[in-house]
Amino acid sequence: MKALIDYTLHLADNTLILAQRNAEWCGHGPVLEQDIAITNITLDLVGQSRSFYQYAALLLNNGSTEDSLAYLRTEREYKNCLLMELPRGDWAQTILRQFFNSAYQYYLYQYLQQYNDPQLSAIAEKSIKEVSYHLRWSSEWVIRLGDGTEESHERMVQALQTLWPYTGEMFIPAPYETELGIDLAAMQVSWQLKIKAVLEEATLDVPEKIFMQQGGKAGIHSEHLGFLLTDLQYMQRTYPGCEW
Amino acid sequence: MPVQHLEQIFQQKIDNETKIEAKDWMPDAYRKTNLRQISQHAHSEVVGMLPEGNWISRAPSLKRKAILLAKIQDEAGHGLYLYSAAETLGQSRDEMINDLHSGKAKYSSIFNYPTLSWADIGAIGWLVDGAAIMNQVMLTRTSYGPYARAMVRICKEESFHQRQGFEILLVLSRGSAEQKSMCQDAINRWWWPSLMMFGPRDSESTNSDMSMKWKIKRKSNDELRQNFVDMIAEQIKVLGMKLPDDHLQWNESRNHYDFGNINWDEFWNVVKGNGPCNKQRLDARRKAHEEGRWVREAAIAYAEKKNSKLKREEAA
Repeated sequence: MKALIDYTLHLADNTLILAQRNAEWCGHGPVLEQDIAITNITLDLVGQSRSFYQYAALLLNNGSTEDSLAYLRTEREYKNCLLMELPRGDWAQTILRQFFNSAYQYYLYQYLQQYNDPQLSAIAEKSIKEVSYHLRWSSEWVIRLGDGTEESHERMVQALQTLWPYTGEMFIPAPYETELGIDLAAMQVSWQLKIKAVLEEATLDVPEKIFMQQGGKAGIHSEHLGFLLTDLQYMQRTYPGCEW
Repeated sequence: MPVQHLEQIFQQKIDNETKIEAKDWMPDAYRKTNLRQISQHAHSEVVGMLPEGNWISRAPSLKRKAILLAKIQDEAGHGLYLYSAAETLGQSRDEMINDLHSGKAKYSSIFNYPTLSWADIGAIGWLVDGAAIMNQVMLTRTSYGPYARAMVRICKEESFHQRQGFEILLVLSRGSAEQKSMCQDAINRWWWPSLMMFGPRDSESTNSDMSMKWKIKRKSNDELRQNFVDMIAEQIKVLGMKLPDDHLQWNESRNHYDFGNINWDEFWNVVKGNGPCNKQRLDARRKAHEEGRWVREAAIAYAEKKNSKLKREEAA
């Protein structure tokens, strides 16, 4: 049971932390239509995180709620991949991270739909439509920026250098994933093929032989997460036990 | 056809409640007034995303975070169709945005006030969107067709926002002592600026006469303001809070609430750029626009590459 709870929290944290980062664009996007698009994706991610947190609360059966899990756990208890908590950076970095994550979620949710936990597979089934759109939108932007102007290409190269070392962690199994038998190796193959195809069309090179950072899934985070949680959790920490 | 005759036909249409459409002849001043008003309205939606955006990262529950994100996204959508409505009058969105950034075009002064607590998000929904709705419901019947139709869509979403804002305050008003005082404090700070949203007194309003004749507006600033006061003075009873006005009192003979004097010095000061957040709001918009330039350029460059590739393939 502990493995299932940890894994569900990991899925919840991944989506919430990325949502929190993407939400920084709301009202500040490069053009109104894309402000709306990134906020749309953010809303989907918040929705997914709520489903996972609600399920984790149910499994915990100790009075936890979606909000107590999101708002009252510390950095060391959060289990999101490091990739999700990195600063939003410029639009290139935001787009590339969203693309890496959407491609990962696309294969992960396909897998979870077949997984023998009815609740996780139901959430995956509900979310896969959203994720398919996120993947299409972010792929198109990766291609547009990679093959756009000299400046946009250069910014994508920079974003790749910044983010690539954080892509390995998604496929390095945490103990709870191993225990649940989550087959990350198969997902990794599909993910790599998708990334390679899109980056090629974007005239970008796939980095090779780069050292991969890890730690987030086990609760060892970057220095960024503490600040993000301080912001996220401000109200619940300042006014404990209130209804909002 | 002589201009005089065209003007007659135009005014007849207005009097018969026929909408004016983009391709119809219209007096220059009618075009300019509508363009000014619609673009100002569009800018207000976009700048209005900023004070609320200030609380997305700190929203006190996941449900509230989702509702707030959806609300701000609605506002971006309103901005989009208002810019489209304004474009039918002959100015491009780029030009309008440049006018906003240069300070030539205005937006609603209410967004130059800061959001200092979570309760402000409730107060904005209830009071600011509430005041906006009074104006917007009237505008669903405005004489310029594209504007009226944009308003119909916008009004549906706005009334939903107002209910959500009220509901935020309702929860606070039934909560802890700190939540109650947060609620009252937000009402205190947002009440008078909300009344100013209806613009100067009728006796001081420069644009009103023609706007009424052309049915761009159908109610005066003071009429709309009075309707708003009457509505809120009743709704606040449900919250068990107080409006910060000792002169607020039901007047049997007028069948309206009497209310105190608005601080018009403050109003004109904020209009002139001296509000607490005028500079921050414009700076934020300019920064987003500047930092997005390379993105917009890349999108255009890529689309052109794709197009010319298509043409080459067709030729071959």
